[in-house]
Amino acid sequence: MKIAKYVSYDILRNRFIALYTLFLLIVTFSMFSLDSDPGKATLSLLNIILLVVPLVSIVFTTIHFYNSYEFIELLLAQPVSRKTIYFAEYFSISIALSTAYIIGVAIPMLFLNLSESSLYLIMAGLLLTFVFVALAFGASVATRDKAKAIGIALLFWFYFTLIYDGLILYVIYSFSDYPLDKVTLALVSLNPIDLARIIILLKLDLSALMGYTGAFYKNFFGSSLGVIYSVLFLFVWTLAPLLLAMRKFVRKDI
Amino acid sequence: MIRIVIFVAVFLFSVCTFASTWVVAKNSSVKSIKSAIELAAKGDTIRIMKGIYKEGNLVIQKSIVVVGIDYPVLDGENKYEIFTIAANDVSIIGLRMINTGVGSINDISAISAIEAKRLRVLNNQFENTFFGIHLANCLGSVVEDNVLHSNAEAEHQIGNGIHAWKCDSITIRNNKVSGHRDGIYFEFVTNSLVERNFSHHNMRYGLHFMFSHNDEYRSNVFQNNGAGVAVMYTKKVKMISNRFQDNWGASSYGLLLKDIGDADIKLNHFAKNTVAVYMEGSSRCHFTQNVFSGNGWAVKMQANCDENVYSKNSFLSNTFDMATNGSLVLNTVDANYWDKYEGYDLDKDRVGDVPYHPVSLYSMVVEKMPSAVMLWRSFLVYMLDRTEKVVPSVTPENLKDIHPAMRNYDYNF
Repeated sequence: MKIAKYVSYDILRNRFIALYTLFLLIVTFSMFSLDSDPGKATLSLLNIILLVVPLVSIVFTTIHFYNSYEFIELLLAQPVSRKTIYFAEYFSISIALSTAYIIGVAIPMLFLNLSESSLYLIMAGLLLTFVFVALAFGASVATRDKAKAIGIALLFWFYFTLIYDGLILYVIYSFSDYPLDKVTLALVSLNPIDLARIIILLKLDLSALMGYTGAFYKNFFGSSLGVIYSVLFLFVWTLAPLLLAMRKFVRKDI
Repeated sequence: MIRIVIFVAVFLFSVCTFASTWVVAKNSSVKSIKSAIELAAKGDTIRIMKGIYKEGNLVIQKSIVVVGIDYPVLDGENKYEIFTIAANDVSIIGLRMINTGVGSINDISAISAIEAKRLRVLNNQFENTFFGIHLANCLGSVVEDNVLHSNAEAEHQIGNGIHAWKCDSITIRNNKVSGHRDGIYFEFVTNSLVERNFSHHNMRYGLHFMFSHNDEYRSNVFQNNGAGVAVMYTKKVKMISNRFQDNWGASSYGLLLKDIGDADIKLNHFAKNTVAVYMEGSSRCHFTQNVFSGNGWAVKMQANCDENVYSKNSFLSNTFDMATNGSLVLNTVDANYWDKYEGYDLDKDRVGDVPYHPVSLYSMVVEKMPSAVMLWRSFLVYMLDRTEKVVPSVTPENLKDIHPAMRNYDYNF
């Protein structure tokens, strides 16, 4: 706990976090002042959040992990378990990044446009932060080379924002003669960015989603089941890479 | 002199018959509605006092007025049709009719009128009726201020709320219909007015008409019906100031137009429907000054529609503004406000200088592969749409608004 406190204190003093906060603040304010329709502003903001939040989270975490490598080594020399150090690092980075997000997006949004869709957007952004920090830990413990780790991290980001959706579209296109509703949903669950997007879709484009085929989707989208499902899977997406990376970190020869 | 006396006598006699009123109540001399109808002569009034009447089927074959005081309950005991009317100038006012029979061959109704001219059905309540009001070949009839509600679970277990077949010049005004198969159903009904009705939560359509020419629909609200509103094979329909709302589902439409010609559709509000307007084989329909907001698809126009005109409408926060299934475009879209328009207005005449293409690439993709809607708003789709905007290849090039408005028309309904 003490470690987490010091690490997060250290990160919060970091200039980069301040810049990130400022960037989010400017984007949020400009979106809402440029667009008269708050719904449309929320949408534009969604596009930016889906791109920027994962990118910043994953790259910042990877860089930070390597920059504090010596500090971690020092801590490991003390009588503290590796698990404690690992989780302290994870929580302090996620807390720092989500603080930036809350100050940059959540608080202004609550003042500018307090609506259900804003709340969902805030939640989606926070969950994305947790997921991508965890993924960055996976990338960081995978290799000892900093450049290589950043490369892996960027690849994760690129894969989840662009390549994966392209693959899904290709699958849908190739098998369009078959009923694909459950398959699409399963495929989409394998991408955290898509899950976060669906949370917002359920709020903003529900009428279009309802147009899509049978009772299965009607139940899924119509009730709060869709949101619960997405949030649940985002938690899985946080825990799975986090625990896998922890196993590796605990056994690793540092 | 004698002639005058006879004339006066006859006149007085006729006035007397005209004025006579029969009161039906538990403690009155006339205890049943059936006997009151038998006793009454042409032009008489029957006043039914408060109470529960289980009298099976009541047949009215003379011009009388039936008035309920404090909504007496007429119970069909889940077996009978309540009123069967086969006479002109009948009025049914202020009754509460419950539990009619259910039939899959006969259209059992609370009020069934056959060849009744100038029938008036005013201010009644219908609860759990199979058909509510069934008009067949009725001219100049009025159905006003009624409340109809049923609790059917499935479409085949229930009839329509207000059902009119082969009528002319009828008026349906200020009724509330819910839980029926179709809220209001017209077949071969001409020159009629449907005004200020609220049709909601019906199993199938809020309003359904076929072969019903020259009718006018004003200020109605159609909300949350199983399949919205469907209108077919009709010419010269006017739909003004109606509200089509919350019709959700794969085959649910705010307004489905099939083989409609020369319709005038203006000042309507389409809000939060899966598909606000779906057009198929329709010609010369004019959509002016309507608002489309928060719909999945604002307009789905099949390529077999021609000479339709969309002008001065507002399209606000719809997922897709327009979709079509072909590249042939024989319709006009002009001077609408599109909230997705990103053009500029250099000469400041409040008209955009570059045309707006309302059909996006991804709406065509979703049209072909419905499950692709799951990827909507992803970065990939955003880039695809952008590329298509720069170099149109899939979307119909000619379907465009050449004079898109820069500012919202701000229609307030």
